[in-house]
Amino acid sequence: MSARERILQRLCERADGALQAPVSDFSVVTGRNWTRQERVEHFERWISSVHGEVIHCSSTNWTGVLATVLRDKRVERLALGREHAIAREAREVLDAGDVELVDVDRDVDGWRRELFEQVDAGLTSTLGGIAETGSLWLWPTVDEPRLLSLVPPIHIAVLDADCIDDTLFDVMRRHGWADRMPTNALLISGPSKTADIEQTLAYGVHGPRELVVLLRQ
Amino acid sequence: MTPVKLYPPRPERVYLFGTCLIDMFFPEAGLDAVRLLEREGIEVVYPDNQTCCGQPAYTSGYHDEAREVARAQLGLFPEPWPIIVPSGSCGGMMRKHYPALFAGTPEEQQARDVASRIFELTEFLVHVCQLKLEDKGGEEKVAMHTSCSARREMGLADTGPALLAQLGQVELVEQVRSAECCGFGGTFAVRHPQVSAAMVEDKSQAIEQAGAEHFVTSDCGCLMNIGGHLAHRGSDVAGEHIASYLWRRTS
Amino acid sequence: MSQPVETFTPQQFHRQSREALANPQIRANFRKAMDGLMDKRRDAFAEWQLEELRQLGANIRLRALAHLPDLLEQLEARCEANGIRVHWAEDGEQACRIVTDICQRHGARSVIKGKSMVSEEMHLNAHLEKAGIEALESDLGEYLVQLNEQTPSHIIMPAIHLNTDEISDIMHDNTGTERTRDVDAMTAAARAQLRERFMAADVGVSGVNFAVAETGTLCLVENEGNGRMTTTVPPVHIAVTGIEKVVEHLADVPPLYALLTRSATGQHVTTYFNMISSPRREGEHDGPREVHLVLVDNGRSNIYQDDELLDTLRCIRCGACMNHCPVYTRVGGHSYGTTYPGPIGSILMPHLMGLDATRDLPTASSLCGACGEVCPVKIPIPDLLVRLRREAVGEGRGNVPGAGSKRTSKEVAAWKSWQWLATHPSAWRGATGIIGKLRGLAPAHIGPWTEYRTAPKPAAVPLHRLIKQYRKEGRS
Repeated sequence: MSARERILQRLCERADGALQAPVSDFSVVTGRNWTRQERVEHFERWISSVHGEVIHCSSTNWTGVLATVLRDKRVERLALGREHAIAREAREVLDAGDVELVDVDRDVDGWRRELFEQVDAGLTSTLGGIAETGSLWLWPTVDEPRLLSLVPPIHIAVLDADCIDDTLFDVMRRHGWADRMPTNALLISGPSKTADIEQTLAYGVHGPRELVVLLRQ
Repeated sequence: MTPVKLYPPRPERVYLFGTCLIDMFFPEAGLDAVRLLEREGIEVVYPDNQTCCGQPAYTSGYHDEAREVARAQLGLFPEPWPIIVPSGSCGGMMRKHYPALFAGTPEEQQARDVASRIFELTEFLVHVCQLKLEDKGGEEKVAMHTSCSARREMGLADTGPALLAQLGQVELVEQVRSAECCGFGGTFAVRHPQVSAAMVEDKSQAIEQAGAEHFVTSDCGCLMNIGGHLAHRGSDVAGEHIASYLWRRTS
Repeated sequence: MSQPVETFTPQQFHRQSREALANPQIRANFRKAMDGLMDKRRDAFAEWQLEELRQLGANIRLRALAHLPDLLEQLEARCEANGIRVHWAEDGEQACRIVTDICQRHGARSVIKGKSMVSEEMHLNAHLEKAGIEALESDLGEYLVQLNEQTPSHIIMPAIHLNTDEISDIMHDNTGTERTRDVDAMTAAARAQLRERFMAADVGVSGVNFAVAETGTLCLVENEGNGRMTTTVPPVHIAVTGIEKVVEHLADVPPLYALLTRSATGQHVTTYFNMISSPRREGEHDGPREVHLVLVDNGRSNIYQDDELLDTLRCIRCGACMNHCPVYTRVGGHSYGTTYPGPIGSILMPHLMGLDATRDLPTASSLCGACGEVCPVKIPIPDLLVRLRREAVGEGRGNVPGAGSKRTSKEVAAWKSWQWLATHPSAWRGATGIIGKLRGLAPAHIGPWTEYRTAPKPAAVPLHRLIKQYRKEGRS
């Protein structure tokens, strides 16, 4: 018998007999019924509380705001996708500017060190936000790979206010996660941090030091 | 932890289970409990054959021995009267653990019945007697230590302080980490004496630093532990069972 | 080396806890940390219907355990369908071999690790090193502890026993980092050191917080991003987890995650919640090309047999029980000498190591109930401690390794005498009466009790006689 069979056999032939499963009442993690405005407020309150920087903008002026952010934060090299509307619009505005745009639609194995050492910021879209925890949710793609939101010291994420749900439970249900999980699904709530040195918070321990959310109303 | 308990109307008679620590070391506390109850017009019946609830053996893992001792108590309360226990830990043992200890034995039903009639003293005074107190003592700063069993096993964090709050001249001072254990824990104090000592040292300091002139507790285990430590370090703060304190200040 | 290398064992709990108690630095570090964590947890739940949430958490875990064998098979099938290779290990040694074999198949020389308590339980690092493979911890706390050749003293905050100055020394002595009290500077130094290692690593090893059977998804909870690095940068990712970590549905995850972060560190959410359902797919530009899941039993299927002990397996490893434990707060994590310290360790480790080796752990609790009160999945920890005490003295069901190993004829005789006295009321009354009469002779020193307290003095008149006197006076 294999280890697998022996383990499963022990579990199936349980000495005290079969177990009854209790019913789970999920009402405590859903049913917030917040208004759009309340969702935005909750989202901003919570993500700000963990050092996330929220900048309000609109779907028409956001690229200008992005350019300002890049200038203020002295970003010289910005990594971004190519296909997503966010990347396309950003490229339209930035192509002529001083910021060097770094393509990410290539196998990381070929440019890992460059990604780790020579990119100042990563720009990503998001699929939505979670009001209750101030979280972004991202499903990295071929166009916007996993490391784009992790390796550069600054992560700039674009979120539409209409895409904020109340709770994580609501997000999973409303967007049918269980039927179509991607390779990697991420919740991001603030920049990378640690409190491992005497409970003192420090940011950017492994991932970005800064998280900037461009919140498009 | 403990489900909401529906309290009965004030009965004419109750049993008192005095506990072995009170019997041997703090009998005045037991007598003062009797006096407080009798002043409310309740007759107190003290079954003479009571010994110990069995908890020391129970928490040490000696459940066969604990069950025998507990069995000897089960028959002492034949009438359907409430059973008053001036100790959260013995009360917790009888209310919470008796049913499990006797599960599958002929006494199971009897154990459940006894468990359902167990009331910790301050719980009974507050919720059943709805006791009203008139303070006759002088001004005093007092710290209360609610035992962990009363607080967490029986869900009675508020009854002791509620009674003290009725004493007009008494200021209940708040210690830091008031919900933290004093380090008694029955045989824990014997098996892990240094850890227990570190805990009681912190508790005593917290009581002193709160500015208490006196401390009260609803459990004689804690009283022996904290009081013994305060005395050992030559503190001016003395401890007392809450029954004695309430009686002393209101009689 | 700023501190001597120490090996802690559960057999030495007494000595280790005495030494910790005598060390003001350790006492202060833990007290400060635990006070902060307790406050933060309380605040984090302030806006929640906490009891409803805890009940939901408990029910989700109980449902997962009720269907455990089916869910493990479902998890395996889903993972395999997604391209994740699933392995089964009956004990830590087997699990280590599986991990080592995968590493060797890839010719791996260097493994980077995300925080995984199961890998600590397996002693994976030592095993890999024996095979000539370097294993480097990347969680900052684990990294510091590893540099100092120690083990974690807390399951969530591994370096909580160290203060800033000690950490500065450790980094200076081991990595040449300039001495500083600037936490940002130290963090930046560690970032730079570890980034090189992420890039160079052949394999990433991580734990799992929840494994979702429905979708074949591995969930990792973290703040630092090292978990994401570990599971994304190296070409191979190996996740190790206990078999009890499985949950049925994806929808079961949000309540458990809400409970976990708030209970552990009082955070309303962690920076990252990383959900992995497959290796790099065709056309994707990053992520490991192979993902393995190692399901580790290591005593859990034995715990699973017993209706009462089963509750041990509900644990979601938040550490709230240790944060709120007055014993843990004073003696610290290392005193326990086990992978999992504190209350959860005291109810789990006896199953993994045997009650003979861990004989002093179930009694290292005053049964104050603080652990059970804060447990996010309502594990009745005090009841389980009592159950293990019972097993240790041979009065339980005998289904825990080392059952009965603590039973001594001397102690049995003492309890039997106590039982005889307490079941013979007239003898009991006689005895208490005699003790009262002889109170003048009561010893002023009774063992360790009187090292720290005055001896309790028996009353001259015990209660049962006092009440009789009182009644007589009342009548006359």
